[in-house]
Amino acid sequence: MTRWSVAFGAIASREVLRFVHQRERFLAALVRPLVWLLVFAAGFRAALGLAITPPYQTYIPYETYILPGLCGMILLFNGMQSSLSLVYDRETGSMRLLLTAPLPRGFLLFAKLCGATFIGILQVYAFLGIAAAFGVDAPAWGYLAVLPALVLAGLMLGALGLALSSFIKQLENFAGVMNFVIFPMFFLSSALYPLWKMAESSRLLHDICLANPFTHAVELIRFALYLQWNGWALLWTGLATVAFMALALWGYDPARGLVRRKG
Amino acid sequence: MKSAPLIALLLLAAPAGADEIWVTNEKDDTISVIDIATLEVVRTIPTGERPRGITFSHDYSVVYICASDSDAVQVMDPVTGEILHDLPSGEDPEQFVLHPDNRHLYIANEDDAITTVVDVETRSVVAQIDVGIEPEGMAVSPDGKIAITTSETTNMAHWIDTETRQLFANTLVDSRPRHAEFVKDGTELWVSSEIGGTITIFDVATQTEKAKIAFEVPNMHPDRVQPVGFEFTNGDTHAFVALGPSNHVAVVNAETYEVEDLILVGRRVWHMAFNADRSLLFTTNGVSGDVTVVDVARREALKSIKVGRFPWGAAFRPAQ
Repeated sequence: MTRWSVAFGAIASREVLRFVHQRERFLAALVRPLVWLLVFAAGFRAALGLAITPPYQTYIPYETYILPGLCGMILLFNGMQSSLSLVYDRETGSMRLLLTAPLPRGFLLFAKLCGATFIGILQVYAFLGIAAAFGVDAPAWGYLAVLPALVLAGLMLGALGLALSSFIKQLENFAGVMNFVIFPMFFLSSALYPLWKMAESSRLLHDICLANPFTHAVELIRFALYLQWNGWALLWTGLATVAFMALALWGYDPARGLVRRKG
Repeated sequence: MKSAPLIALLLLAAPAGADEIWVTNEKDDTISVIDIATLEVVRTIPTGERPRGITFSHDYSVVYICASDSDAVQVMDPVTGEILHDLPSGEDPEQFVLHPDNRHLYIANEDDAITTVVDVETRSVVAQIDVGIEPEGMAVSPDGKIAITTSETTNMAHWIDTETRQLFANTLVDSRPRHAEFVKDGTELWVSSEIGGTITIFDVATQTEKAKIAFEVPNMHPDRVQPVGFEFTNGDTHAFVALGPSNHVAVVNAETYEVEDLILVGRRVWHMAFNADRSLLFTTNGVSGDVTVVDVARREALKSIKVGRFPWGAAFRPAQ
């Protein structure tokens, strides 16, 4: 068992160390959602407050609405960043070292995923703290209740990042991920606007948003933050996590996956 | 037989009727009764046409309702919801106030530019006092000596001596005064002006303007910031002011006259009522057809409760 825990600790702590050593990454991770919260949302403050949607029980300003969406955004970018580091590892050769460790590859990837999720959650809590200082807050117990939702959402988005990293052969291709994964996933979700608002302009866009697992991750965070249960979002996020993880395992399988082509 | 004491105990333990907020729905011709314990509508009672002002007698045995389009003040039994009788009110009664003697209602007749004084016991009009055009807001001082009518078009607060039933002063306020309240043991009078966007505070002894409070809501055009109804917390330390179509309630420090907070509520917030200990505030939101419950200490909206169409007035009724 020690072998496993040593490997887990080494991989996860390497992930954390990498993050700690990149202070500007931490800063960037916080600045991005804060710009949305304090600049973008300020301009749209009066845009909402027209209807009450669960889990909210009354009218809310726009800042309050996008808070869970921005938590999701942090996890999304973090997941992608972690996949970027894998591509980097592959280019520098340290991935070979990692993948040749005498342990199941799934476990190695899972350790990496846990490390990345932990960092993502740290960033989310730092962001929630700053947002609360600016008066955008949630019920006190919500900050604890949201933790499992953040873990699951972080794992899902991290697994997506892992799966993607198995497809990306070079660091330069990562810009494509921004265009084809992060942006559509973020904008075609309930992070910035409620789905009923989307349905008003286009039914098709609404349906796409509804199928987007990121929407469900955001809703899971939103409901948990307000101490409410959303079984459907939990199921959808859970299924997506399993699916992305399976895809990542397949992608990194030396016998069948895409890594072989590279190697 | 052994179960008899148990049943008696259960009956004793059964919850008594809860405190309630009564809300008039202008377009539905109904009253929605909200249970304060559960924050749910527990009864909907039909009324005359276009119910607006609502107030309970001091012993809560009857409730008076301004049924504006029925040209009547209706007297209802709050237990059965039955209309007992109508009071002669003059045309288009909009708001009224019950004198501390629990016997005289001072009613603003919007279309007739008069204030009607009705004796609720003899059910007769005792006096009609000419005031400015479109009277609306009504207040009476705690000692019962002064009644105030505000007139929407003349833009004045009219001061009525309740003994002689004559005007003894008229004071200008900003455009379209809506609501008036005496505070601090009747030493101050507050009058809200909907179009002017202000509250004017008068020194009652001299009937002179003491202060004026202006309101602004970030990202909201000033035209939409329209103070209407307002109520005071315990000790008259703070006023909660409904700001109409800006969909916010302002919290005003009644000592410094500064706006301290803004709370987002439903659309076109109009009037409001407190619960018994003034820890919760219930605002009527006309356009969104709901009542927002505000936690007074934390200055946060807790919940919005759907009521009828265009809720207007609100009144508190303690558990019976």
